[in-house]
Amino acid sequence: MTPEQQMAQKTRRSFLALGAGAAVVTAGGYWLASEAAAAEDGIPPVLRSVLGFNERMVRSALYSNSNRAATFPASAIGKLKVNGDIGMEAAMDQTAWRLSVAGHELTLADIQSLPKVEETIDFKCVEGWSTVTQFAGARLSDFTAKFAQGSEQATYVGFQTPGKGYYVSLDMPSAMHPQTLLAYEMNGAPLTSEHGAPLRLVIPVKYGIKNIKRIGRIEYVNDRPADYWTEQGYDWFAGL
Amino acid sequence: MKVLAEKHKLATRWFHWINFPILMAMIFSGLLIYWAYDPYRIGLGQVTLFHFFPSGFYAMTGVGQKLAIGMALHFALAWIFALNGLAYVIYTAVSGEWRELVPEKKSFGEALRVALHDAGFKIPLPPQGRYNAAQRITYSGIVVMGGLSLLSGLAIYKPVQLGWLTALLGGYEWARWEHFWLTMSYVGFFLIHIAQVIRAGWANFRSMVAGYDLIEESK
Repeated sequence: MTPEQQMAQKTRRSFLALGAGAAVVTAGGYWLASEAAAAEDGIPPVLRSVLGFNERMVRSALYSNSNRAATFPASAIGKLKVNGDIGMEAAMDQTAWRLSVAGHELTLADIQSLPKVEETIDFKCVEGWSTVTQFAGARLSDFTAKFAQGSEQATYVGFQTPGKGYYVSLDMPSAMHPQTLLAYEMNGAPLTSEHGAPLRLVIPVKYGIKNIKRIGRIEYVNDRPADYWTEQGYDWFAGL
Repeated sequence: MKVLAEKHKLATRWFHWINFPILMAMIFSGLLIYWAYDPYRIGLGQVTLFHFFPSGFYAMTGVGQKLAIGMALHFALAWIFALNGLAYVIYTAVSGEWRELVPEKKSFGEALRVALHDAGFKIPLPPQGRYNAAQRITYSGIVVMGGLSLLSGLAIYKPVQLGWLTALLGGYEWARWEHFWLTMSYVGFFLIHIAQVIRAGWANFRSMVAGYDLIEESK
């Protein structure tokens, strides 16, 4: 073959390969889109698998309860916006509120009997914004040790609002993180209704979607409880 | 008499053509995520010259209300982006190809001459190897930027578990800002890159696909 013929052959073969690659990528894109359209949560199962793989990688290689979320001085506190009221649409009689856990019906005073922990952390929304906010309440680990002793052995913790309109579930290590609080105060004042009075979850190792407001029930279980935003297509782990 | 001359190694071409659709998909899925909180702009104080992005842009591209799948795509494709980039860096380092890529001392002065020449000034081009001085700086820069995108991405992805990295980049909000502007820089690079490839002509483009070029035999 002359050099010209060799060049023509190399060109033909390589452009065919590039075209085949482009066709595969395009077909892959269409396939993903059709998988997304068919999925109830809008997420193709293959992407759910990768999110699960990422979770396992993070939990085995990175996650540690000695990794703490950064804390800030009071001067850094911003105005935390109210981003949702799912499960809190109806007004609630605060005095009638009780927290169901492990056969108990607890009052706010029961939770306030635990050591009070204050933390000023950067509250991070899954949307991408964040606001430095101060919270105070009881550690979920202290709460569990007192009111649901032995439940630390379970795999998951589930939370629900009183009407079950909003619900989240957590992996146990994140739930037992020392910065994970059942909070009843925000920025030095009792929690307001729109921020989840009388009791909300504050978990700085997770996005805001896991920080359930107006908790009505907590359960410690081995089968993963439902999670509101996971059903809407978000990563279940949602860890930071 | 013309002879075949190898211009780009097979490995380089693979890395390049894998990276192209992956980077596009990363930018696209990144846009789905950015839409949910889009604070960046060009402006000063009260004056905004350009907001990223105008509502018409979102309407035209249809990227709104897709945060969940945007995140799922971004955190899956990031693996391919990272592994392909890492493989490229290792290959370039081990094969010695880096010698033709990394800027030399003289590259910075020469790059200015290349830029002026390309801009239409009648300045002779300095002698060059596989890449000219401007290409050495740009192509090495884009690799460094790829690394920074990966690091700033990880800093936003796990700001507690990788808190040291997030702090190193100036905190959570700065890391997101850096990640965004690196991406805008890719878009700028891409536009100039395409323009230069069109100007350089068919044989140059063909060599990035086929790997070879036909050149006059040197005596």
